[in-house]
Amino acid sequence: MNTTAVDIASNQPREYFCRTEPQAHNGSLLGFWFYLMNDCFIFSALFACVAVFGTSFAGGPTAAEVLDLNGLAVNTALLLVSSVTFGFAMLAMARQDKRGTLTWLAVSGVLAAVFVGLEIHEFVGMIAEGAGPERSAFLSTFFTLVGTHGLHVTLGVLWLIVLFTQVVRFGFTEANVRRLRCLSMFWHFLDLVWVGVFSYVYLIGVLR
Amino acid sequence: MPAKRFLGLLLIPAALALGGCQKLVLLHPAGLVAQEQSHLMIVSTIILLSIIVPVLIAVAIVAWKYRASNKKARYDAKWDHSPVLELFVWAWPVLIILAVGALSWIGTHQLDPYRPLTDVAKGEPVPANVKPLQVEVVALQWQWLFIYPQYGVASINELAAPINRPITFKITSLDGMDSFFIPALAGQIYAMPEMQTQLHGVINKVGVYKGMSANYSGAGFTDMRFKFYGMTKDSFNGWVAKVKASPKDLDRATYEELIKPVRNGPVQYFGTTQKGLFNRIVNRCVDPANVCKSTLMARDAKTGLNADKKNAMGGMSMPAGKAADTVPATAH
Amino acid sequence: MLPETMPHRSAILNDIFGRLQASSFPLGSDGEDRIVQITFLVVALIGLAILGWVTKKKKWGYLWNEWFTSVDHKKIGIMYMILATVMLLRGFSDAIMMRSQQAIAFGSNMGYLPPHHYDQIFTAHGTIMIFFVAMSYIVGLMNYAMPLQIGSRDVAFPFLNNMSFWFTFGGMVLIMLSLFVGTFSTAGWMGYPPVSEIQQSPGTGIDYWIWGVQIAGIGTILTAINFLVTIIKMRAPGMTFMKMPMFTWTTFCTAGLMLAAFPFLTASLLLLTLDRYLGTHFFTTGMGGNLMMYINLFWVWGHPEVYILVIPLYGVYSEIVATFSKKPLFGYASMVYATVAIMILSYLVWLHHFFTMGSGPSVNSFFSMTTMLISIPTGVKIFNWLFTMYRGRVQMTVPMLWTLGFIFTFSIGGLTGVMLSVAPADMLLHNSLFLVAHFHNVIIGGVVFGIFAAINYWYPKAFGYRLNEFWGKLCFWCWQIGFWVAFGPLYVLGLMGVTRRLSHFDDPSLQIWFVIAAIGAFIIFIGILAFIVQLVVSYMHREELACGNDPYDGRTLEWATSSPPPAYNFAFVPKVHDRDAWTDMKEHGYERPLDGFNPIHMPKNTASGLVIGVLTCVCGFALIWYIWWLAALTFLGVIVTAIYHSFNYEREGHVSVDEVRQFEQKTGNWKSDVQGAAA
Repeated sequence: MNTTAVDIASNQPREYFCRTEPQAHNGSLLGFWFYLMNDCFIFSALFACVAVFGTSFAGGPTAAEVLDLNGLAVNTALLLVSSVTFGFAMLAMARQDKRGTLTWLAVSGVLAAVFVGLEIHEFVGMIAEGAGPERSAFLSTFFTLVGTHGLHVTLGVLWLIVLFTQVVRFGFTEANVRRLRCLSMFWHFLDLVWVGVFSYVYLIGVLR
Repeated sequence: MPAKRFLGLLLIPAALALGGCQKLVLLHPAGLVAQEQSHLMIVSTIILLSIIVPVLIAVAIVAWKYRASNKKARYDAKWDHSPVLELFVWAWPVLIILAVGALSWIGTHQLDPYRPLTDVAKGEPVPANVKPLQVEVVALQWQWLFIYPQYGVASINELAAPINRPITFKITSLDGMDSFFIPALAGQIYAMPEMQTQLHGVINKVGVYKGMSANYSGAGFTDMRFKFYGMTKDSFNGWVAKVKASPKDLDRATYEELIKPVRNGPVQYFGTTQKGLFNRIVNRCVDPANVCKSTLMARDAKTGLNADKKNAMGGMSMPAGKAADTVPATAH
Repeated sequence: MLPETMPHRSAILNDIFGRLQASSFPLGSDGEDRIVQITFLVVALIGLAILGWVTKKKKWGYLWNEWFTSVDHKKIGIMYMILATVMLLRGFSDAIMMRSQQAIAFGSNMGYLPPHHYDQIFTAHGTIMIFFVAMSYIVGLMNYAMPLQIGSRDVAFPFLNNMSFWFTFGGMVLIMLSLFVGTFSTAGWMGYPPVSEIQQSPGTGIDYWIWGVQIAGIGTILTAINFLVTIIKMRAPGMTFMKMPMFTWTTFCTAGLMLAAFPFLTASLLLLTLDRYLGTHFFTTGMGGNLMMYINLFWVWGHPEVYILVIPLYGVYSEIVATFSKKPLFGYASMVYATVAIMILSYLVWLHHFFTMGSGPSVNSFFSMTTMLISIPTGVKIFNWLFTMYRGRVQMTVPMLWTLGFIFTFSIGGLTGVMLSVAPADMLLHNSLFLVAHFHNVIIGGVVFGIFAAINYWYPKAFGYRLNEFWGKLCFWCWQIGFWVAFGPLYVLGLMGVTRRLSHFDDPSLQIWFVIAAIGAFIIFIGILAFIVQLVVSYMHREELACGNDPYDGRTLEWATSSPPPAYNFAFVPKVHDRDAWTDMKEHGYERPLDGFNPIHMPKNTASGLVIGVLTCVCGFALIWYIWWLAALTFLGVIVTAIYHSFNYEREGHVSVDEVRQFEQKTGNWKSDVQGAAA
C-alpha cells in the first residue's frame, strides 16, 4: 500500500500522517489562564465603576468615614500570607511530599476562610450603621467589588477543600497535580486583585 | 445572473424617485445645521461610491468571465499573491478613508452640538443685535416641556421659533432616556435625567416640522411627538403673546402634575413660569425638601480629590453629557 | 397581562411560589392573551408530536446516549445548529408581527399590538436573533468545522463544550418560557436603564432577559476558552499558524474577541441585576447612579459582538471562494492581518453607538476615526475574494451564490455603515429606521448569508449527502430579493426622519413604505420555508444525493476524512506541509491508509453538563420569580454536581483497532459523483 507520497520538488518522501499517536497536549493550564483573563476583565469593569462612582456619596457616608484601615491591614496580611503558604504547598508537591502539601493547603485555606469571615464582619457592621450597598453609588460599587472578590475567595476555599479530599484519597495523580496548579494560579490571581482593591478602593478612598 | 442581483440594488434609487424629494427631510432639511450634516452625509456617500461601485462591477465581471463553463478564460491554479495588487488593495481603501475621515474630523468639530452658531444661513453671519432664543427642554413621561426663560412662558408638546434666529437648547429629562430630535432643524441629542445636554440650531424656512423623541423610553414613547413651528418674527411674537395669555402658571404644583405618565398628551400653554425651575429639574430638587444634586456633588468633590483630578477621571471614563451644572457648560 | 408584583396572599404561598400566581399565565380572553394562547397551542402540538414520535420510535435512549450527553464536537455543533434554527423561526415570527403591526397601525387604527406587547416583541426579536440565532449558528459552525480543519480529534475540553451547549439551551428555555409564563422585557435588546430598572419595570420581563442572556453568555465564555486552547494546542503536526485554514483563523480571532468582550456583558448584567435585586445604585436616577455607565459597559461588549458574529463568516466565505474558484485564497497573509486588525479595532469603537450623548467633538471624532478604520481591512477582504475568483474556474454552486450575494449586499451595508460613522451625519441618522436598515443589511447580508452558505457547504461533510440545489437556490433568491424589499423602504423611511421602535404612526403617507417592507418580510419567510423544505427534500433523496468524502475537490483537512466523519475524526492524525493541506496531499498522490491502525483514546460521554445546564436554568427561573428556596436549592445542586463530576477520574475510553479498521475500510475510499456539485 502506498502510504507515503513523494515530494515532487525535493524528491524526499513526505509523511502525511502520524503513524503513532502524537503526544497529547493538555491545555488545562492554558485554558485556566484564559479563564483568569475573563475574570480579569470582569474585575476591570468593576474597577471602572470605582473610577466613576468613587466619590458619588450622594450625601451619604464618605469612604474615609466607613472604611477601616486597621481591619484592612489584618485582612491584607492574611491573604498575602495565604498566597505564600500556598506557594509552600506547591513546593511540597514538587517534592512529592503529600503530608507537607496537605498541611500547607490547610493553612492557606484557613487563612483565606478567616479573611472571608472578617470581610463578612466588616460588611455586616457597615450595613448596621446604615452604610449598606443601597445607600449610594459609591457604596454599591464598594460592596460589589469587594463582595465579588470575596465570593471568588469563598469558591477558592470550597475548591481547596474538594481538592484536599481528592489528594488525600487519590494522591498526586496527574489530574490532581494539574488541578492544584490551576488552583494555585487562581489563588495568586485573587491576591493580585486584592492588591488592586486595597490600593485603589481603600487607600485612595480613605486618603484622598 | 449578476444582472438579477443588481435588481435588488436598483430598488433604493427607485424608491428615492418615488418618494419625492420633499418627504426625504434628511436630504432637504430646513435648518442650517441639519443642512450641513446632511451635506456631509451626501459627500461622504459619493466618495465611498467611488470605491464600491467599481468593485461591485468588477466582482460581477470576474464572476461571469471566470465561470467554470468558460473554458476560454485563463486559469491559473497556483496564482495566490501579487505584491503590487496587495499594496493596491490596502492603499485604495486607506485613501478613501483618509478622505472621509478628514471630512468627519472637521465636521465633528464644526458641527459640535455644544458650539454656539456663528452663521444663521450659509455665508450669513449672526447679526450683532440678535441674541439666540433660549429654550429649556424637559423630556417628561411621555411628553415634552419647553420653557422659554427669556419670555417667562412655557409650552407642552409644541415648540415655536422665529426663522433665522439661532436657538440654544438646554435639554434634560425627568426620568427616561430620550433623544430630542427635530430632523429638519438639527441632529439629535440625548435627554437624560440628572444631566444637561445642549443643542444649537437655526430654522431657515417658515413651516411646521416634526419633532420627536428618537430614543425608546417606555410604553408611551410612540406618541412622544410634538410640532415645531418655524415662524416669521412677527408671528412668533404673536405666538408668545398667545402663550402669555394662558392663565396657567408653571410652578411646582403644576410640575408635580406634569410628571405623571401621559400618553399622547395635548398641547398646553403656561403664561407664567417659576424661575429656575429647569435647574431644579436637572438637579432633582424641584421639591425644596430634596438637596440639589449640584450641592451634593460639590460636597462629594470637597472630600478629597482636587478638582483637576476629578475632572480628568470623569472625563476619561465617562465621555458623556455634562453631569448637572457642576461643570461649566462651555467646557469639554 | 399585568406586570407581576408580589401578590396579596398568605405569606406561606409567597414563600413557595414567589411572585408566581394564576394571573402570570395568559388565561384571559383579551386579544393579546388569545395570541399567546394560540401560540402556546401550536408550540404544544408540535412539541407533543415530536415527543410522541421519539417515544414511539423508542429513540429516547439514542438521543440521550448519542446526542444529549455527547462530548463529540460534531454532534454538539449540530445541536447548536438545530437550536439556532428553532430560534430563527421564533425570532422571525416576531419580525413578521412587527412588520404587520407597523404596516397597519396608522391614524385611528392602533394595530393589533398595544405598546407593552409590541415592545416585548422587538426586545425578543433582537435578543433572540443576536444571542440565540446568530451566536448559536456561528458557535455550531465553529464547533463542527474547526477541529476537523486543524486535524484534531476533538476540542480541548469536550465536557466543557457539552456544558456550554446546555448553558445556551438553558438561556433559550428561559426566553421561550417568558412567552407563556409572565411577560418578557420591554426595554429593547440592549436593556438600557432607566427602563430596565426596577422602578420603571417591576415585572418579570427584564429579569427573564437578564437571566436568559447571562446564562447563555456564560456558555459563550466557556466556548471561547475552549476554542482558543484547541487552536493553540491541538493543531496537527506541521500546521503552523500561517498554515491554518482561513476559517480556523477567523475562529481563533472570534474566540479571542469573545473572551475579551463577553466578561463586560457579564459585568453590566451583573450590575443591573444588583440594581434590581439588592437596590444598589449603579444606573439608577438619583443616589449617585449613572445610566451612561451601563451604556458604555454594554457597548464595550456590544460592538465587538457584531464582529464576533461576522468574523467567522469571513472565514466561511474565504473557504468557499477558494474551493469553488479552484484556486488558493488570494493574499492569505493580507487576509490574516486584516482579520486581526478588525478584531483589535472592533474593541475601540463602542462609543459610535451613542455619538449623540454629548461627549464632545474630540471623543466623537476619535471614535468616528476608529470606526472608519475598520472598513479598510474589510475592503481588503472584498478585494482578496475578488482576486481569488480572478483567473479561476468559478462554479456557481449554492454556497458560491450566497457568497456573491453577500459581497453585493454587505458592500452596500458597509457603505451605509461608514455614513453612520461620520459623527455629524449620525446625529441625523441615529435611532432612525436608516440605522435599523443598516444593521440588518450587515447582519443579514454578512452573517445570515454566510450561515446559509456554510450550511450548504459543510452539510455534505456532516451527513454524507448534498443538499438539494433547486430549493437552495430558491431560498437564496427569496432572501436576497426579500431583503431589499424589506429593508430598502426602511432606508427611505430613515431618510424621511422616521425613528425606530414606534408602534403607531400619524402620517398616512408613510404607510405604503411599511406595506412594502411587510411584503419583503413575507418573501424572506418563503426563503426560510424553502430552507426547511430543502432539508426535508434532501433527506428524502439522500441516496441520490450521496456525495462521497470529498464532493467539491476541497482544499482543507475536513475533506480528507469520511463524510460523515467518525467520532475520532482521523484514524491517523494528519501531518501538514502546506497551507491548503488536503490539496497538497492530493497533489502528492496521497492515499488514505486502510490498515495498521492504533487504538484511539476518546473522551467518554457524560450527563454532568446537561444536569448543570438544566439546574442553572431552573435556578434562573426561580430567581426571576423570587422563589428563593428553589434558587438556593438549584444553585447548591450545580455546585454538588460539579464536585461530583470532579471525582470522576475515568473520563477516557478507547476506540478499538477493529472498530477503526472496519469504519475506515468501509468509508475510506468513498467517492460518489465527485464533480456532481459543480453542475
